[in-house]
Amino acid sequence: MSDTTNWSCSDNATIESAIRRGASRRDLLKLMLANGMALAAANAVFGRASQAVAATPVKGGALKAAAWSSSTADTLDPAKASLSTDYVRCCSFYNRLTFLDQAGVPQMELAESIESGDAKTWTIKLKKGVTFHNGKDLSADDVIFSLKRHLDKATGSKVAAIASQMADFKAIDKNTVEVTLASPNADLPTILSMHHFMIVADGTTDFSTGNGTGAFKCKQFSPGERSIGVRNPNYFKSGPNVDSFEFFAIPDENARINALLSGDIHLAAAINPRSVRLLEGQNGFALSTTTSGTYTDLNMRMDMVPGNNRDFVEGMKYVVNREQIVKSALRGFGVIGNDQPVSPANFFYNKTLKPKSFDLDKAKFHFQKAGVLGQTIEVITSEAAGSAIDMAMIVQASAAQIGMKLDVKRVPSDGYWSNYWLKAPVHFGNLNPRPTPDILFSLLYKSDAPWNESRFNSEKFDKMLLEARGSLDQAKRREIYNEMQVLVSEEAGTIIPAYISNVDAITAKLKGLEPNPLGGMMGYAFAEYVWLTA
Amino acid sequence: MKRQVTSLAVRRLLIALITLVIVSFAVFFATALLPGDTATILLGQSATPEAIEGLRKAMHLNDPAIVRFLRWMAGLIQGDFGTSYANNVSVANLIRGRLANTMKLAGLTASIAVPLALTLGITAAMWRGTLYDRIVTVATIGIISVPEFMIATLAVLLFAVYLRWLPALSFTNEVKSFYDLMRTYAMPVVTLTIGVSAQMIRMTRAAVVETLNTPYVEMALLKGASRPRLVLRHALPNALGPIVNSVALSLSYLLGGVIIVETIFNYPGVAKLMVDAVSTRDLPLIQTCAMIFCLGYLTLITAADIIAVLSNPRLR
Repeated sequence: MSDTTNWSCSDNATIESAIRRGASRRDLLKLMLANGMALAAANAVFGRASQAVAATPVKGGALKAAAWSSSTADTLDPAKASLSTDYVRCCSFYNRLTFLDQAGVPQMELAESIESGDAKTWTIKLKKGVTFHNGKDLSADDVIFSLKRHLDKATGSKVAAIASQMADFKAIDKNTVEVTLASPNADLPTILSMHHFMIVADGTTDFSTGNGTGAFKCKQFSPGERSIGVRNPNYFKSGPNVDSFEFFAIPDENARINALLSGDIHLAAAINPRSVRLLEGQNGFALSTTTSGTYTDLNMRMDMVPGNNRDFVEGMKYVVNREQIVKSALRGFGVIGNDQPVSPANFFYNKTLKPKSFDLDKAKFHFQKAGVLGQTIEVITSEAAGSAIDMAMIVQASAAQIGMKLDVKRVPSDGYWSNYWLKAPVHFGNLNPRPTPDILFSLLYKSDAPWNESRFNSEKFDKMLLEARGSLDQAKRREIYNEMQVLVSEEAGTIIPAYISNVDAITAKLKGLEPNPLGGMMGYAFAEYVWLTA
Repeated sequence: MKRQVTSLAVRRLLIALITLVIVSFAVFFATALLPGDTATILLGQSATPEAIEGLRKAMHLNDPAIVRFLRWMAGLIQGDFGTSYANNVSVANLIRGRLANTMKLAGLTASIAVPLALTLGITAAMWRGTLYDRIVTVATIGIISVPEFMIATLAVLLFAVYLRWLPALSFTNEVKSFYDLMRTYAMPVVTLTIGVSAQMIRMTRAAVVETLNTPYVEMALLKGASRPRLVLRHALPNALGPIVNSVALSLSYLLGGVIIVETIFNYPGVAKLMVDAVSTRDLPLIQTCAMIFCLGYLTLITAADIIAVLSNPRLR
């Protein structure tokens, strides 16, 4: 295929995911021909991609995967989980009440059903016959213990703020829990799919053994070293396919890729787009691309000079060359964004909201109106926010073309989040995916939001947020969320030029890996679903 | 002579104890100066003031620094290294396996590097000025100038990725036979051997050459001693002091300074553990690692001094 156009592995991944979403052969050919591919080659790609989708799982094998970061702070306590490595381990040893499918819709895992008549009082029925690794049956007490832990400050839970809305827990019977929220929230099933809400056994204080209900039993867990899980024979689902799962980290990216190339591991997580070329020439390797809600944004505080001038903010939105950012800063591994945090992978994504065009004339007009042309404006950027430095350079170059001087100040990553982020007048930020628009908007855009990056303040917006949260009418919620996306895209001082893809590299032997809106590595839960071919 | 060695050892032991206490003080307060504490780092971006306060209370981080230091010290005297802040596992458990790994790697490397370096260094000095000497000298200088990560990465590319002879990572838990051991340790040991031998070769050569230039060696030469006898019997004992010292320094590097090799081959040793501990401000763990490094260094240097005394004819 190397002799056709500039076709790359990322395009292969696009095609595969299009097939999974149900695209017809005609759609795909159109897509590929649009990319300048010869018809014969396009047919070959199509054949291979549909083969990958149709394959049936094989049992057996020892799965080995390496992520990018690990330290003695590694934990099997789901409440404390902070890195993707913790999520992967938690997913293999524990289960959640719900999980998100590819389309971002919550599906039941440990729960049989989660229902509510008013979005305030929720009845959670549990599946029967689920056991923990130590033989104990799953019961309502375990669920209450697991959820209630997040409210205790001494737990140090990462989701304490989200969990604080759960006001009351009641065990109706052995398999039924009633959770009462402080105020209505229709998103509870989605919230419970977050990795921190894994269900642990009642009364657990020592988490080092990973006693959950998950697909793998913990055989070894050494923080900062590795974890090994073996197949749980009593697992309540049909998986896992592999006999054992070893997971560790190789922080050095070259070493991680070399380990994959030499066949020591089956999956190398989080590959920088820069290194993709190393893998592309090689046979027997593939990339798995996931575009969920990760983004790096440029924030202009609207309560400080120069962001308090609407025209400056407006001008900046036109001066950002989004296409170039995706092409050069992200090497094509991203999707153009439209200045609002709900990503295309989300169920509530507003498809009709178009990103602002790159228009230097309009930008110049607004800058002139704001009276900032000829001034030098400081933009704070750092390695801490992924690709922020490259993005800053691109914006600076575009601005220079119309005589707008941006002084890009590069500051160290250490301490960036406490010293510059949310504080500097014009600065870059970065966000990991969150599952619901409600969480995103409450965290980032509500008037009193803790991470209100641009100090966006709108009473109308706050009211809509509460209205959508409490409503069980899906169509109405979609309508409100669509409007809210338009609102922040137009009025907030935050530019989200692109949603950044996560790229995992895998050997061709590893099958069954699919993108998931909760993040890379199949929402971190890949171990129980994938299989190895000989 | 025996008394001399004993008094040296006792004096060294006392100094070592004082040094350890000073180092533990210094490390403790240097860590306290770092911005943030374990609570803020564990909570990361989601650190609200209440959450930090709650976690600090639960972890006893609110006590004054000196109280925490004394508590750790008191525990240490009773043989208790404390509990890691980051994951509540006892420090002794965290370190045990890692230290064994580090010792294994250091031991294997030393058993190859030391004989190799001494042989090359001494022979180069014996045949000073010959083509052999030039080759050894140029090669060692060349190798000193190449950083370790480069050697390691090139080795992985060649032996693991292209030739597929060796694994790219060192899975110590999969070592079941001598063959596995060879495969697992080949690349890290070779990388480290290359790194530490170069220094030792140069020091050895320089020390032997210097003694060969002294009048008493010339005297031995005039007496008609053969060249090997001249070097091994007459020159070497006097050159042993600086040689043993450079060996000790190289070995102490193997104990705690091999972070790059540990990272590239994903080898779980104590160097990586210490770096982790610093990044999570995990005081008990940092302290214990620092104590181990310090103790290892002091032991090696003391041993080197004693050997130097024993080998020196003038001190005997």
